[in-house]
Amino acid sequence: MRTILHSDCNGFYASVECLYNPEIRSKPVAVGGDAEKRHGIILAKNEYAKKYNIKTGEAIWQAKEKCPSLIVVPPHFERYMRFSEMCRRIYSDYTDRIENFGLDEAWLDVSSSGGDGADIAEEIRRRIKSELGITVSIGVSFNKIFAKLGSDYKKPDAVTVITHENYRDIVWPLPVGDLLYVGRSTEKKLKSLGVYTIGELAEFPLPVLRSNFGKWGDILHTFSNGMDASEVMYADEISAIKSIGNSTTAVRDLENTEDVKMIFMVLCDSVCRRLREHGALAGLVAIYVRDCNLVSFTRQHKLLCPTDITGEILEEAMQLFNSNYSWNKSIRSLGVSLGELRSINEPVQLCLSSDEHDRERKMYLDRSLDLLKNRFGSFCVRPATLMKDPMLSGFSPKEEHVIHPVGYF
Amino acid sequence: MIKQYISVTATFDADGNIIPLYINWDDGRRFEIDRITDVRYAASLKAGGAGIRYTCRIKSQDKYLYLEENRWFIENEKKAG
Repeated sequence: MRTILHSDCNGFYASVECLYNPEIRSKPVAVGGDAEKRHGIILAKNEYAKKYNIKTGEAIWQAKEKCPSLIVVPPHFERYMRFSEMCRRIYSDYTDRIENFGLDEAWLDVSSSGGDGADIAEEIRRRIKSELGITVSIGVSFNKIFAKLGSDYKKPDAVTVITHENYRDIVWPLPVGDLLYVGRSTEKKLKSLGVYTIGELAEFPLPVLRSNFGKWGDILHTFSNGMDASEVMYADEISAIKSIGNSTTAVRDLENTEDVKMIFMVLCDSVCRRLREHGALAGLVAIYVRDCNLVSFTRQHKLLCPTDITGEILEEAMQLFNSNYSWNKSIRSLGVSLGELRSINEPVQLCLSSDEHDRERKMYLDRSLDLLKNRFGSFCVRPATLMKDPMLSGFSPKEEHVIHPVGYF
Repeated sequence: MIKQYISVTATFDADGNIIPLYINWDDGRRFEIDRITDVRYAASLKAGGAGIRYTCRIKSQDKYLYLEENRWFIENEKKAG
């Protein structure tokens, strides 16, 4: 039987900011984006702010309505990455099977350490508090799912152990929405079937789950019964990247195609530079559009010829946009994502319809510009079009957006 | 208590350890570190930071000196006014 820990830093960004700022520690604090740049949402909150029912993801103005005395501090992402690294350093004293789930969470498989899971969890909890000055909640169990529920169970600064003997008492009464991978729509569907708790889900007939959710039915059944057998990955296993994307909320609403092209230019520059860094070509381009009423859609198109040329990706993005948007409303946010990635070293069928010599020139040009930008920053050389509106185009996802979402599977 | 960043003269030994030797005060005075009695990872809640904490004996008094990435800081009494 395995011993799995799930360590979750409490209110991570807010805890780090409160460590660095002793004067605000005893007040309600939240970390928020820049409201001037229209990134004004709550990224994290401390225990005092939680009492005012402030939620991560809500707008800063909404949070301030709930708590006028809320102190909102800007984020310092390099600091959070450093603290995440420091947590990992502590974890590596106990096991090499550490799987990060975002910056603030990690699973540890301590089965082969020979020690008692709860004792190890206690030691980690104490060490993080004394060496890093922040607190964690740790769940200890025989599978990843229950370990994660355990770390959610008691906050802050606690260890919860879920065993074969007590899981029906601790896990099963919990709302079904607490289970990993049960989001709003799955929760709604389950409730319509009369399933409100994880226990009810666990005892629900599997054939009915299958007919309602397909293969997810099996996963829901497995997860709720503590039968998940997925391994905690080794620290140095890197899963292949499946897509590369960047999106942004523009500093002002976009009113015309020229505005949209400027934003796409910056986004495509960033995703293509990342693509080239990974030595990959993209076979699929997808765009994401959200209008000023926050209604959004995505469209994608397979490329005849996999590419890493910024100009070709931009052309594809603009094509997708122009054929799918009729400008009923102005636009708030845009995104570009590249999929069907393959290694640049894989033999690729040459495209008969294009001038390969010209494409090679463009690839060399892109790479030369990459070298310059990596040395001197993204703004050192840019298309002249972007100078028409420096405020609109003055963002740099390549340098700024460095925390990537992580999936379970 | 405030976090005060200070100038430190340190040596790097062949094994990669960083050993502080002197604290250089802003009025020009130099304090020699007689002995280091403890080195460990620790957070300073008083100053507001985290790194490697050196317990240094200076003029027969023990003082904490923190190395945070590439800067040194100490916990200092808040100056009045």
